[in-house]
Amino acid sequence: MAQTKLAEEKNGDRPIAHELAKQQREISVAEFFEKNRHLLGFNNPRKALLTAIKEAVDNSLDACEEAKILPELHIEMIDMQNDRFRIIVEDNGPGIVKSQIPNIFAKLLYGSKFHRLKMGRGQQGIGISAAALYGQLTTGKPIKIKSKISPKDPAHYYELHIDTQKNKPEVVKEEIVEWKKEQGTRIELDLEGIYQKGPQSVDNYLKQTAIVNPHATIIYTNPKAEQIIFARATNVLPKEPKEIKPHPYGVEIGMLMKMMKNTEGRTMQSFFANDFSRVSPGVAKEICTKAGILPNSGPKSMTREQAERIINAIKDTKIIAPPTDCVSPIGGEDLKKGLKKEINAEFYCATTRPPAVYRGNPFIIEVAIAYGGELGQEDTVKIMRFANRVPLLYQQSACVSTEAIIDTNWKSYGLQQSKDSMPYGPAVILVHMASVWVPFTSEAKEAIAHYPDITKEIKLALQECGRELLKYTAKKRKYSDELKKRGYIEKYIPFIGEVLKDLLDLKKSDEENIEKNLKELLEKSRGKLEDVAEENAEYDESFAKIGAEKESEEEPEEGSDEDADKESGKKSKKRAKDE
Amino acid sequence: MNKVVKGIKDIVGDVYDKIIKKKSPNLDIPLRSLQNVSYDPKKGYFELKGKLISRTLTASTVKTFAQTLLMMRESKNIVETDDIATKREIYYVSKNWGDAMFHEQPESDTVMDDIEAMMSVNREQLGFIPEEKGGDVAGRLIVIDKDESGKELRIDCTRFGSGAYSIPSSVEELKFETEAKFILAIETAGMFQRLVKHGYWKKASCILISMGGVPTRACRRFIRRLSDERKLPVYVFTDGDPYGFLNIYRTLKVGSGNAAHINQFFCVPQAKFIGVTPQDIIDYKLPTHPLKDVDIKRIRDGIKNDPFVKEYKEWERALNLMVKLGKRAEQQAFAKYTLNYVIDTYLPEKLKNQKSWLP
Repeated sequence: MAQTKLAEEKNGDRPIAHELAKQQREISVAEFFEKNRHLLGFNNPRKALLTAIKEAVDNSLDACEEAKILPELHIEMIDMQNDRFRIIVEDNGPGIVKSQIPNIFAKLLYGSKFHRLKMGRGQQGIGISAAALYGQLTTGKPIKIKSKISPKDPAHYYELHIDTQKNKPEVVKEEIVEWKKEQGTRIELDLEGIYQKGPQSVDNYLKQTAIVNPHATIIYTNPKAEQIIFARATNVLPKEPKEIKPHPYGVEIGMLMKMMKNTEGRTMQSFFANDFSRVSPGVAKEICTKAGILPNSGPKSMTREQAERIINAIKDTKIIAPPTDCVSPIGGEDLKKGLKKEINAEFYCATTRPPAVYRGNPFIIEVAIAYGGELGQEDTVKIMRFANRVPLLYQQSACVSTEAIIDTNWKSYGLQQSKDSMPYGPAVILVHMASVWVPFTSEAKEAIAHYPDITKEIKLALQECGRELLKYTAKKRKYSDELKKRGYIEKYIPFIGEVLKDLLDLKKSDEENIEKNLKELLEKSRGKLEDVAEENAEYDESFAKIGAEKESEEEPEEGSDEDADKESGKKSKKRAKDE
Repeated sequence: MNKVVKGIKDIVGDVYDKIIKKKSPNLDIPLRSLQNVSYDPKKGYFELKGKLISRTLTASTVKTFAQTLLMMRESKNIVETDDIATKREIYYVSKNWGDAMFHEQPESDTVMDDIEAMMSVNREQLGFIPEEKGGDVAGRLIVIDKDESGKELRIDCTRFGSGAYSIPSSVEELKFETEAKFILAIETAGMFQRLVKHGYWKKASCILISMGGVPTRACRRFIRRLSDERKLPVYVFTDGDPYGFLNIYRTLKVGSGNAAHINQFFCVPQAKFIGVTPQDIIDYKLPTHPLKDVDIKRIRDGIKNDPFVKEYKEWERALNLMVKLGKRAEQQAFAKYTLNYVIDTYLPEKLKNQKSWLP
């Protein structure tokens, strides 16, 4: 009987916990992600291809910009048959020193970007090694890396596996090779995938990347052997974002206590002045006074209660916003230029908000809107989302920008909208968030989390653009009303002449006279007419077609792609995971 | 020359003169709304106060302007050929006008009303007749009409059984013979049916007329002429709600704001309201429906703006009482007691008790 058996076991000589302990051991990050590949954006073969390209491109662009090099990327995807693809991404960046190559490409959570507050595309140090891991899992083949740091240095070639249990690189092959290139890095990776065209395709991803990175040249050959060149539109590199210290407004108690424990400052005053941005000794003193602690007391001796008082004191103290040079926006003009190339509309506007702060992280929101022209009158408004110049193609409905767009009253700006849903009308809305730390809802970096400060900023930016849009739509309505009225004059005057002639038995010449006089009378009061639509000379039709093709072949399976943006109209809020 | 044709030529001539002088031509149309009517109980109907809308020819009005002139030409042709056209037919005639055609009949009806008001004539004089039939009649009445050859026809309204005589769209030429003591005008066809079926007109020696909602011009004119010529009192029986009071009864008695230029002929100043009054709702403990917000708004608006209600304190009190009750009752509500309660009890009681009427 089950009961007796259970009792027997309980009464055994060893507590059961010992048995359980046998199965308890450390899980390596690599093992964890092997099981949870969806967290990194490898949940289906189609998305895997995009994610792998994306991680490589992010790294290349970041590296070039840090080295102040105008990026030139060669990207190639080769169909290896049986749903396998080889992807090749080559850049002209600064290269990677030999000793770091294995760790960067074959060890998860290894990178330069996690431990600092600086705006960049990559953040966690997971991306490219996860792609390598995915390739290894699906094809068994190693990732191949070639890198050269200067014309004088040799090029190093590596073939790497990841030891998933230890999360350590396993060097399959290592050698010095000839490479004509002066410097740069080239990676080659085989993986399982499905290549499709359409809005969530690699083609579209690269196009959108080109739109928001006008300083980069991207030469792309897709698996159909079609080569697309996204040429550089400007030779000016984006202003280099600076690394910053945390701002007091964003610091929570746990973080503060950790910082106090680790600081090199000996007094609270110097701790504040040195470990935070925008805190002068005067402000540091003010915070201490308000918190009721001595400015020269040691940070390491602070208690939890004191820390709490400090947090409250910070809230009470006026501190200037974090430095703005740590975030580099794309800029209204470049955004508009990018949109004009992509979309043949009749009106464009863009706005860049002043920097704001969420949880101590400075960020800037930019919004651009294209309106009218060839855009569909009845369609739901299309959204283009970017975070630190990286296009976000999945999880639109979970993104804070979607929430902000739904929460904005578009009816007052000339678009249609029903309650709690996306507006519709001939418009495309572009939202860009630039920040030292973009809070994604998951490591796959597909949607931005819902922080009220971010929502607020996006809404303000949307409203700014909305007002511009309203000005335009109002002008346009006036113009078309005017056109209609002028049409009326032409249309209806002859009837008046005709009736007067019939009823008063007038001559043909009288009728003509009537029409002439009436036209003069009516047109005199109307004045000159100016068209409002802008001519878009920058529109590039073949460019616009990329990624706009119908999705080819079979639809992704149900469920595997729950974020296929079907429910983009609905509200769904996903809170950020607590870091 | 026919008076109407002359009127049209005068208006059009004026337009022409202005155009030749390079001045903007305009058409002056009386404002047709309650704001532009006054009520004098001695005259008994709504009269225009004389506010005019001057429709000057501009780019925004050029379409309506052209349509107005086109319809005037149509009217002239109809009158000159001694023909008639229904409002619906005129709407279809406009389909010949190219860009100036009407897209919905209400557009053409409005232009027609404009011309009517502008020339202070009845639209029948312009050759336009309404679609609507006038209302149903049963009871002690003989209508004398003519057949298509012009021979006299005697129509006995007692001989329609459970059916009724239908008022034609033009009633001007009819003659009447009757022994009845009064006319009872009824809002709903349902109530009319009940009274006809049970021979109420025999019992009470009266003429029953079903208005079917707001009475048409023909119906109003019919009642007016019948009442005037045979010296018959007119009693009105509607639902106890703002629509029954302010739309049906008021329009029958004093006319409407919209057709103020012809109210003089199309009203029945001698009509009296016998029910259902708000007081009846209390006295007869009638089953009710709650007033909707629009009902209350309609009542408030009536008290404030309707020159007729403003003239009669009794109506103001009755309407205020209804707002206070917050309820309305239908004619059929008397069926709560017995189906024939209205015949056996309510109507005889009300007709006897003048104090319970409203003016």
